[in-house]
Amino acid sequence: MTFYALTFALFGVGLYGLLAKRNILKKVLGLIILDHAINLLLVAVGYRAGRGAPIRLPGDDTTAFVLGSVDPLPQALVLTSIVIGLGVTMLLVAMVVRLHQRYGTLDVDQMDRLKG
Amino acid sequence: METSVPAFVALPLFAGFACLLLKRAAPDATPWISVGSMLGLLALAAIATARGDGGVAFAGGWGLRGAGADAFVVGIALVLDGLSRLFLLLVAVVGTASSIYALRYLAPEAGRPLFHVLFNVLVAGMNGALLAGDLFNLYVFVEVASVASYGLVAYRAGGTEVEAAFKYLVLGTLASTAILLGTTVLYAATGYLNMADLSAGIARGEVPRIPLLFASGLFVLGFGTKTAAMPFHAWLPDAHPSAPAPISAMLSGLLIKTLGIYALVRVFSVVVGIDDHVRTTLTVLGCLSMWGGVLLAQAQDDLKRILAFHSVSQMGYVLIAIALDTWLGVAAGLFHAMNHALFKSALFLSSGSLEEVTGTRRLSGMGGVFQRAPATSVGLVGACLSISGIPPFNGFWSKLLILIALVSAGQMLVAVLAAGAALMTLVTFVKVQRKALFGTLPARLADAREVPAAMYLPVLALVVLCLLSGLLWPVGVDGVIGAAASAVRAPFGERPAAAVYVETIHGEPPR
Repeated sequence: MTFYALTFALFGVGLYGLLAKRNILKKVLGLIILDHAINLLLVAVGYRAGRGAPIRLPGDDTTAFVLGSVDPLPQALVLTSIVIGLGVTMLLVAMVVRLHQRYGTLDVDQMDRLKG
Repeated sequence: METSVPAFVALPLFAGFACLLLKRAAPDATPWISVGSMLGLLALAAIATARGDGGVAFAGGWGLRGAGADAFVVGIALVLDGLSRLFLLLVAVVGTASSIYALRYLAPEAGRPLFHVLFNVLVAGMNGALLAGDLFNLYVFVEVASVASYGLVAYRAGGTEVEAAFKYLVLGTLASTAILLGTTVLYAATGYLNMADLSAGIARGEVPRIPLLFASGLFVLGFGTKTAAMPFHAWLPDAHPSAPAPISAMLSGLLIKTLGIYALVRVFSVVVGIDDHVRTTLTVLGCLSMWGGVLLAQAQDDLKRILAFHSVSQMGYVLIAIALDTWLGVAAGLFHAMNHALFKSALFLSSGSLEEVTGTRRLSGMGGVFQRAPATSVGLVGACLSISGIPPFNGFWSKLLILIALVSAGQMLVAVLAAGAALMTLVTFVKVQRKALFGTLPARLADAREVPAAMYLPVLALVVLCLLSGLLWPVGVDGVIGAAASAVRAPFGERPAAAVYVETIHGEPPR
């Protein structure tokens, strides 16, 4: 339960960084924190107290393996989610570089040419 | 038949990689690869629609495990049903028109092969989202399509474009995060990701009330942002006009529907179920979008921004219709989504042509274009009549059906609001036509020239489709729409659609 609460606190930190910061690089960092809060939550959902890593060796008994390991599915999901997060972050950072070249600033208020 | 299901995703994905490989060797071939892959998808979608194909394909050799009531799905299921078929057909039609338009619209510049890479990946992501049979793969394909669209919005790489793309990316990723969080909550409560198993689990009451409401709220936030429903719309009026015209057509015509409307219908009507809270929320969002979009559009001078705000407004109609959760409401909403895909992509392609002809996107800089570019103008007039809901065109019929569905569900106030917003839409587009096409030709446009045929023919074809689906909708269109609506909400007390969906995946009636 504490762990769940902590992931939601981390989620809040990321959201704050994303929405309240004016520096776009800090917004990017907020988004990364947000991403990882969800990833942690996913891993926590699959955690079963006292069980081992879901690595099945040849010859392991299926029932014993299922009862003795944590849920492997969220871990697979988190791997996918990390890869997606990496792609999005790369694109974001490339945009930050381009915006800095155009406007010479990272402050979102000084580059705001779009309204609405 | 079931083996053709993965081709909807594989074909554009391979076409995208082919464009990447040919980036240096044959850059001029890449636009034709896009046209080819879109025509291939059009053939696949037309065959699937004509035969009424349905079924499931499991990726990677996994599939159904267990038997009877204990059966569950392992692996990635791609599910084709009536609802997916309608949207796959729309993606193919608008994709074909946009890819043909892009042949002449984009000059052979260094970035063009990369444009076509992203174009194909965008289509692959949308088709994947339409076929995904579980929530996590829905999220993955939504992200694939979204990331491609972020890149395409920034294609011109000017300050405004990158800024619009940045804003779009931040809000889009926030929406995707909400979708993933909602998925996590449902997985934690049930242990299922597959939508059929999940809907059966929720129907059995496996998810407590609070987590279910929390997940519903997250899905409304996530998919509502992808639809650009009113309080979450801020990215759309910047992002859609910043993209090149064929991409504006793809984004406004398709992306907000496949990632927004389709996903909302699939997740709420089939999996989570629409309860009173969700219905009220979607109706309020819909009314806000309808009026907010149309009012903000009045203040704009930039043609593409006017069109973008009208996308927000038209999605409001679809939201209030699908929120009714009756067969007629869903059918009317899906019909309007289909019509909007046709006329809004025609409008955005015309706006690109007008920009080519006049050199500006500002309405105040245009005038009398009809004299110089009659084919473009005829296309624009047809699309304007369609979005304003003038009788023989399809926009009239779907708005009428939405009003009938609202009245028969007793939602009089919402029906009055919808009718009022339709009138405001008419006012805007009369203004657009008068300012852009008629009146006096500015001296600076005296030697303006019509765009090449590859640019006006796709628009005219879309307008003809608007007219045909308006005139012929009782003949064939209603079958496609009806099949889509029946996949969501069973007409007249037949078996619930969620059970049909479970059956599609499990291959037998669940006991």
